[in-house]
Amino acid sequence: MFKKKNQMKTREAASLTPRRRFLNMLWWLLGGLALAELIGLVIAFIKPGKAMQPLEGYGGLITCGQAADFPAGTVTAFQRGHFYLSRLENGGFLALSRKCTHLGCTVIWDEEKSRFECPCHASAFNLMGDVISKPAPRALDYYAVNIENSVVTVDTGKKMKRQRFSADQVTAI
Amino acid sequence: MKSKITPSVAGPLFKRIGQSVRRGSNRAGTSGDPGKYLPKTMLFHFRPRRVPEEAVRFTHTWGLGGMAFVLIMLLFGTGLLLKLVYKPFPDMAYDSILMIQHEIRFGLWVRNVHHWSANILVIILFLHMQRVFFTGGFHHPRQFNWVIGMVLFLLILASNFTGYLLPWDQLAYWAITISTGMLDYVPFLGGWLQAVIRGGTEIGPASLLLFFAVHTAVLPAGICMVGLFHFWRVRKAGGVVVPLVPDEEEAERRRTPVFPDLLLRELVVALVVVAFVLIFSALINAPLDMKANPGLSPNPAKAPWFFIGLQELLLHVHPVFSVLVIPVLLSGGLLLVPYINYASNRGGIWFYSENGRRMGIYAVAAAVLFTAAGILGDAFFFDFTTALPMLPPVVGSGLLPVIIFTGAAAVFLMALKRRFSADSNEAVQSLYIFLMVMYVVLTITCLWFRGTDMALAWPWGK
Ligand code: HEM
Ligand code: FES
Repeated sequence: MFKKKNQMKTREAASLTPRRRFLNMLWWLLGGLALAELIGLVIAFIKPGKAMQPLEGYGGLITCGQAADFPAGTVTAFQRGHFYLSRLENGGFLALSRKCTHLGCTVIWDEEKSRFECPCHASAFNLMGDVISKPAPRALDYYAVNIENSVVTVDTGKKMKRQRFSADQVTAI
Repeated sequence: MKSKITPSVAGPLFKRIGQSVRRGSNRAGTSGDPGKYLPKTMLFHFRPRRVPEEAVRFTHTWGLGGMAFVLIMLLFGTGLLLKLVYKPFPDMAYDSILMIQHEIRFGLWVRNVHHWSANILVIILFLHMQRVFFTGGFHHPRQFNWVIGMVLFLLILASNFTGYLLPWDQLAYWAITISTGMLDYVPFLGGWLQAVIRGGTEIGPASLLLFFAVHTAVLPAGICMVGLFHFWRVRKAGGVVVPLVPDEEEAERRRTPVFPDLLLRELVVALVVVAFVLIFSALINAPLDMKANPGLSPNPAKAPWFFIGLQELLLHVHPVFSVLVIPVLLSGGLLLVPYINYASNRGGIWFYSENGRRMGIYAVAAAVLFTAAGILGDAFFFDFTTALPMLPPVVGSGLLPVIIFTGAAAVFLMALKRRFSADSNEAVQSLYIFLMVMYVVLTITCLWFRGTDMALAWPWGK
């Protein structure tokens, strides 16, 4: 049975006219196009950040309050925005993501030891977000801070990655 | 030629309907009781009439593939029931699980059956894979069925993974957070892949809806299709692998009828598996932690147990190696198992040969020793992640320890090969054993021997 099929195939192939071959190629092309459309359709549906996203507050602009309300050397948590507002000793502001850079757990500010600690696998970070204890590989991500008329706002729309702290990440009054 | 058609019966309606269902036989040679025709012919589309005697012996396959099938059926059944009540939204999911457990009669039990079947299935599949490997069931003509099997395994792992998030408790939330967090370490594609899987930057409503859809529709459909393909290839290869005999003796091979010899055995295995899972689920509840709280991480946070070996690896070697290079090389190697050039294609014999069996014992011992030494050495003697600050981390904590470890393993395996003057089948088998045992040791270490802060600890300590 198989033999017969094969014989037929070869006979067919030999007698394919250029027009036939062209039409066959067209079929493949159309099939490929249909497949591409299907894939595009699926991607449109699974694309991250669809309309249902912004968790309330997070992902947008968050108003933190008067700059004077944050003493130097303190950290204030903004649950709604998933970040910590860090006021450095020199008076500058830094908005740190609460997500540990190791595997993404939520870090906690330890007032006494004056450092961020990750409960999952014991990473620790200082006031600036720099790693002081492994396994976290790099400093905490941060968000842009804006101060206008001495009101502090944080844009949680885009998170910025960094290896370590440097002075240009800080917003001064 | 005129085909012989069974005359339609006159008589009461239900009898005529029954007759039409059974259809009766219109082929020569299948006459007889028409009532048996339908089930029998359907059956023999999946099964031959007779199979070699060795094939029905329980210890030849341990019935593991069949057990997997039974568990999948249990999963489909209980999963459909759960789906009638479960709500895939963060503010409702946990409560709907509580409702299943407390307000629906037998709800707790149904959830337990689903949970335990899923977990047992992963173990059974792992064992099935070992059975196929060690009886040489992957040689020609079964090469591609090994690949199909790997795809099935992957689909089942994906099902377990997506299902893990659905209860939306602390366990679920953080296990999925850190396993998807590992993708951050994959260069280039990782971040994008993570965003797609999470449906955003964090585990949230989009992730839950996506996981739910994939868990309850995409994967079950995939498992059905690929599963049928798997069975069909088993049938096409002439059933499970049995020792080859010379062609002229093939006709004299002792054969035994599938019905009842094989089917009854399968029925017994199926019933035992079902009974075991049902009783186990009546006695032991599936875990359910507090409702997920994205602001509060637990200590320690562990990945789901079937991925936990990777988390252990991540503690020791650079992420590029532990979440990319090593997993890709290992799974690629597993896929290629059937396509290596072997000295012999002999299958159907456990562990290939007496030589292979003895080498295997050494390989197990060495894998346990080497892996334990690596883990303990890293913890107490020499920490590659901090000891060599002058080297870039990819080299100092990645390439270097990997080379040292694989070098030691390679020297050992070469020595083993020479000592037993092994052929390539035996050598590949020893390597395979070494790698499998290594992953098992990594899994057990992270699962039971890591406590607060992921420090090494005894499982019975607190
Ligand atoms: C959903 C998962 C799976 C199911 C339901 C399943 C089921 C089965 C069944 C019923 C058989 C017949 C022999 C037996 O009962 O052991 C079989 C054979 C086989 N399986 Fe699977 N299997 C699954 C996954 C796998 C995996 C993960 C592998 C390996 C990578 C695999 C590779 C094979 C091969 C190569 C055979 C033929 C072996 C022989 O003929 O001796 N399967 N499978
Ligand atoms: S996620 Fe923070 S230390 Fe692992």
